[in-house]
Formats: sequence, structure tokens, C-alpha cells
Amino acid sequence: MSLKRIDLLICCGSGCVSAGALKIKEKISQTLEEKGLANEINIIETGCMGPCDLGPVMIVYPEGVFYQKVTVNDVPELVEEHFIKGRPVKRLMLKDEDKRVYTTKKEIPFYQKQVKVALTNCGYIDPDSLDEYIALGGYEALGNILTSMSPSEVIDIVQKSGLRGRGGGGFPTGMKWKLAAASKSDQKYIICNGDEGDPGAFMDRSLLEGDPHRVLEGMMIAAYAIGASNGFFYIRAEYPLAIKRIRHAIEQAKEAGLLGKNIFGSNFDFETEVRTGAGAFVCGEETALIHSIEGLRGHPSPKPPYPSDQGLWGKPTVVNNVETLANLPSIFTKGADWFASMGTEASKGTKVFALTGDVKNTGLVEVPMGITLREMIYEVGGGIVGDRDFKAVQLGGPSGGCLTKEHLDVPIDYESLKAKGAMMGSGGVIIMNDSKCMVNVAKFFLEFTVEESCGKCPPCRIGLKQMLTIMERITSGNGVEGDIEELIRLGETIKQLSLCGLGQTAPNPVLSTIRYFREEYEAHIKNKSCATCVCPDLMHFLIDRDKCTGCSLCARKCPVQCISGSREEKYTINQLKCTKCGNCKEVCAFKAVKSIPGMHPELRQAREQEKLQLNQE
Amino acid sequence: MKTLADLKKIREKAQEEMKLRNSQVRIKIVVGMGTSGIAMGAREVMKTFLEEISQRNLTDVLVTQTGEKGLSSMEPVVDVIEEGKPTVTYGNMTPEKVRKVVVEHIVNGRIVSDYVVATGK
Repeated sequence: MSLKRIDLLICCGSGCVSAGALKIKEKISQTLEEKGLANEINIIETGCMGPCDLGPVMIVYPEGVFYQKVTVNDVPELVEEHFIKGRPVKRLMLKDEDKRVYTTKKEIPFYQKQVKVALTNCGYIDPDSLDEYIALGGYEALGNILTSMSPSEVIDIVQKSGLRGRGGGGFPTGMKWKLAAASKSDQKYIICNGDEGDPGAFMDRSLLEGDPHRVLEGMMIAAYAIGASNGFFYIRAEYPLAIKRIRHAIEQAKEAGLLGKNIFGSNFDFETEVRTGAGAFVCGEETALIHSIEGLRGHPSPKPPYPSDQGLWGKPTVVNNVETLANLPSIFTKGADWFASMGTEASKGTKVFALTGDVKNTGLVEVPMGITLREMIYEVGGGIVGDRDFKAVQLGGPSGGCLTKEHLDVPIDYESLKAKGAMMGSGGVIIMNDSKCMVNVAKFFLEFTVEESCGKCPPCRIGLKQMLTIMERITSGNGVEGDIEELIRLGETIKQLSLCGLGQTAPNPVLSTIRYFREEYEAHIKNKSCATCVCPDLMHFLIDRDKCTGCSLCARKCPVQCISGSREEKYTINQLKCTKCGNCKEVCAFKAVKSIPGMHPELRQAREQEKLQLNQE
Repeated sequence: MKTLADLKKIREKAQEEMKLRNSQVRIKIVVGMGTSGIAMGAREVMKTFLEEISQRNLTDVLVTQTGEKGLSSMEPVVDVIEEGKPTVTYGNMTPEKVRKVVVEHIVNGRIVSDYVVATGK
């Protein structure tokens, strides 16, 4: 037993690391060394604790004091006051707008609606320690299964729990296993899909970084159920820490005899290794992923044959998402009924989401299925940043869609979201306030999918590019009557004629924004106006003569010299020359420069004349 | 590791290492570590508690610290807090006295009344 009296848990998830967690850790170690306290205080690097915008965060046990936004300069005070004198530092604790101080993690509203299943240990244990995982019941599920259950019993329990794939599609996990288990073959494979590619998504990354043994145990349970003796972790190369941690976990498990031959004295043998992906979005699609592991180009192939019949190297294969696997140990230790007691009729358990965008508490959250968008955004997420209003929420990344204010009471489950034109997806949630232009948002996702289309199917390769051309036309003020209809026609065609999930879902951001924000598209096309002033061609700057003092600062700062005037006449902008850089607005001390939606009439006229001339020629 | 029993053994040992993070403890020993406490040797007192408890493998006892307790003339001051019992405050502690408190009070449940300066609710 150790002589330690304090466990200091420093969040070393990606968010906190980029906010400087490692430097703080170093400084703390150094300070403790100087004060001779090094052997009394345990410093533990954990995975993501969740509230990323409060980072770097840390928790000090036994009291469980939660510190946020800690800097290197705070360290001496923290050590002196808390670690030596036992007086927690109030200054570094979380406060809300009413100056209420939250001492421990439990009190913080961000955590109160959350239910942690996959993330149980994440942010609580040292991910590099097998012992800590075991201390919290790790590998108990696997041990019990291997010593007392048949594979078909395992599948029955997973079916009973109602667990569905957490990667986006939502296919029932037990069913997938049953199909693979029924396939006869000398060799079967289990693959963990860690190719998380949606912009703004970091659920799988955090799980792999924060609790790698849980994912590994889940994989072994799946392997036993389907009869696989070999497994692969497919993780994108952009996640170096996740790769390092899972490799380390595999090493530890091998050393402890949890991997290899006759695990837990049973006749179950299992080996696994990590394969890194080169960052192609399409490789998150299971057939493309399988080809990538085989060393081929990451192209999807038609289904059937399904991977459960012919997958990796032609052998029966199950591909499960990281989060799906991470749920398994808990299902077996706490029971299928416990798991099925959470969620809705068809969507059981919990789901991990990465909250990003214009919400107060950005970060990693896990909520029970069936919770409403309102609860997630306003209670867990803390509401919208600043004084802005909520406008839309984008769920499911480039494959998903936008939902609006009127959908705030939609429960989060696979079917409800799909019915509204969005999808569960892997769990990326981007929350947008009323300063965002929906046409522009849709264009952003389309740019992403055009870039990531593998090129195999022409509708996806050519069609998406055509859609993007139209979107660019609309946002630059050249949209024409009929563009919206053409976008819908193209989108529907691409959805029907593409082979894989990428193409089948890529038009969703455009289609869903047309469905819910059609008037914005129309304003862009007909009125040449972007109400949020995001599209530079569809807005203009004006100087308010009453407010202008004639100081000439804007004119001096204008990079294209399009502002002229004098102290007496005040200043005006030459709309034909303006590049909409916004410098004038930024430098004006009197707030005389305003952004006005809509293309300036002068410019509109000039453009139309130009077009006429071109047509005549 | 070849059996569930092996796993259990590892788990018990590992849980011990993690007990600081688990609030389910039988007895909490709180050492007053204000300026005067430290000046009177509270650090030595705390260290001795940690050593004694570790040697005896008392898994359900937690040693922690607090600030100034207000009893400056009797520093170092130590509270022994047990669920459902009045808090016992010992004063003028030394490493020697700590050893006695651990054996008598913590292990055998007999309060060392000679050192007690207060009993709370």
C-alpha cells in the first residue's frame, strides 16, 4: 500500500492537452519535488473528463475538488494552499453567473443529466494502468463469459440489451453477431472501427485515449461470441495518442495473460493488433475499411456479400464501432435488463456526443437515449453562448442534417432523428446561433464530402461536385431561379445511386437545410441577400454619417483604398471596389461602420450590366 | 492471470491503491495543516499516520488534511471522524502519540482520552 494521501487527476484529453495540461503537470511535479511532497501525492493523467471548454481541468481526491482553467502560474498557489495546507483554492473552482461556486464535480450541472456507461472510467482512471481498470471491475465480464457462457448465450444477452451500432447506422449489434456466428469458416475476424472522421467529432478518440482496456475487453467479448481468434483496431493516423494507448493496453493484456492462448483457462485464444488509417473519410465505411486493412485502396464494395459472410480476406468479419464495444463490459456486469431500462422503445442505453459550436459547455457528454435536444443543449450544454438565439443544430456530421428550434423537443434516438431528416451519426453535435448562415454551413459540409468522395461511383463523384458548384454560385450572388430544385434533384439522385454510406448521405446537409431554411436559400438567390452577413458577396458595409467623426482611420486601414472623404464631408465606401474584408468595421472606434445584409444596389446593377455585355458579345 | 480468482486478487490490490478516489471509508483522519499546525510538526504527524496505516494495511482509513482549526495552542490537532459517532479531536500530537492513537483508537476502537481536547457532535 502506498503512502499517498492525495490523488491528483489531471485531464489529459486532447482538449486539455492543447490548453496546456502537460505543462501544468510538469510544473506540479517539479513544485512537489521542491517541497518534498512527491511521494505523498499521486499525479494521474486521465482521459477526457468532458467539459473541454473549461480546460485544463483537474480533480483532487479524496475531497473530489474540481479545478478548471488552471494555468502554470496557478501551480505554486495550488500546491501551497491545497496540497500543503489543505485549503482548496476557491479562485480556481467553477463559478456560474450568480457567483455560485461548484466545489466538486458532482455538483456541476454539466454532469447532472449525464449517465456514463461507455465513459464510466474515462477521466477517472489512468488509461495506461491495467490495474486501475481491473480495480473498477475490468475484465470481470470477460472472465465470467469465458468460464460460464456459450457464445450463443452471449449473443442472446446482447440482443436482449437492445444495443445498436454507435457508429451511425444503428444496426442491432446482436443481429450482426448472430449472422457472423452462423457463418462457417476456419477463420473469423473482429474489427474495431476507430476511423472517426466527422468534423467536430471526438467521441471514439476520447474513449480510446481515456479507457483503452474497456474497448479491448469489448472486442474480446465480441470475438468470443462470433468465434473470431483475431482482431484489428483500425484507427486513423491523426489520433497518435489513441494509437499509443491502445497499443500499450494490448501489450499489458498480453503480459498479464489476458491475450494469447487459453484465456482465463478456457479454450478461447485471441490476438489483436492495430492498423492505422491514412485519414480517408470513406474508410469509416466497413467494406472500404476492410479493403484498407487488406492493403488495397480504400474503396467500398457492393453488399451483399455482407462482411459477416465474406469480409476481411474473404472470411466472416464483424466491424463494430469503438463506442459499441465500450458498452459491452457494462452490459455483462450489470445485465441486459439494466441496459435496456435506459432509452426508448427501439433505442436502448446511452449515447456519447461531442458538443461543439455556439454552446456554453462544449465537450464530451454521455446522455441516455430519448433525452430531448433541448435538454442536451440547454441543460447539459448550458445554453447558447453570449446573448444570441439558438438557430440550428447539426447532427451526424457530413452525413447528417440540421434541425431547428421547432425540433428542440424531439427525443434523441435513431428513428426520431431520421424522420426529421437528421441522423444519430457517430455523435458529433454542432450547435449554431443566429449569426450562422445555413447555406454556408451546408456548403462547408459539401466541400468536405466532395473532397472525401473516393470517386468510385459517378453520382457521388460528379454529382456532389455539381451540387457544390451550385452552392458556390448561390453564395457568391450568382444563383439563378431553379437552383434549389436542381439541388434537390441532384441530391435525391446521388442518395439513390451511390454504393456506400458516404454517397448515400452526403447530400443530407444540403437537403435538410433546404427543407428547414428554404427562405434563406431564396433570399440568397432572389434578393441577393444573406441575412446573417456571412456570405461576403451578399452583404455590404455602410458608414453611418451621424456617427462618423471623420477621423479617417478606416480610410487609412482600407487595403484597397475604397474609402474616401474628409472631416467635413465624412467618409463613404466605394461599393464597387470594396472587398468586404471588414477592416473598417473593426478599427472604427465609434461603431459607425455597419454590416448590412444584401448586395449593394450599385454593385448589383454593375454586375447585371456586365452579364448583359457578356451575353451580347 | 489464468483464473477469475487471479483477477479478483489483482482487483483487490488495485482497489487499495485507488481508495483515495473512493469516498467509502470507515474512518477519516483529518490533520490540521494551518501555519501554526505545520510549525508545530503537523507534517510529521501526518506522515506517521500514513506510515502506520499503510503498515497495518488498514484499507478503510483515509488520512487527509485541513486548514487552521483554531486551536493554535494545542497544535498539531487531529480529528478522527467516524460515521455515526462523535468526532474526536486530539491535540498536541506527536509521532509517538500517533502510533498509540492508531493502535488504540483506529484499530481497537478505544478513544485515547489522555490526548483528547474535544469531542464534537
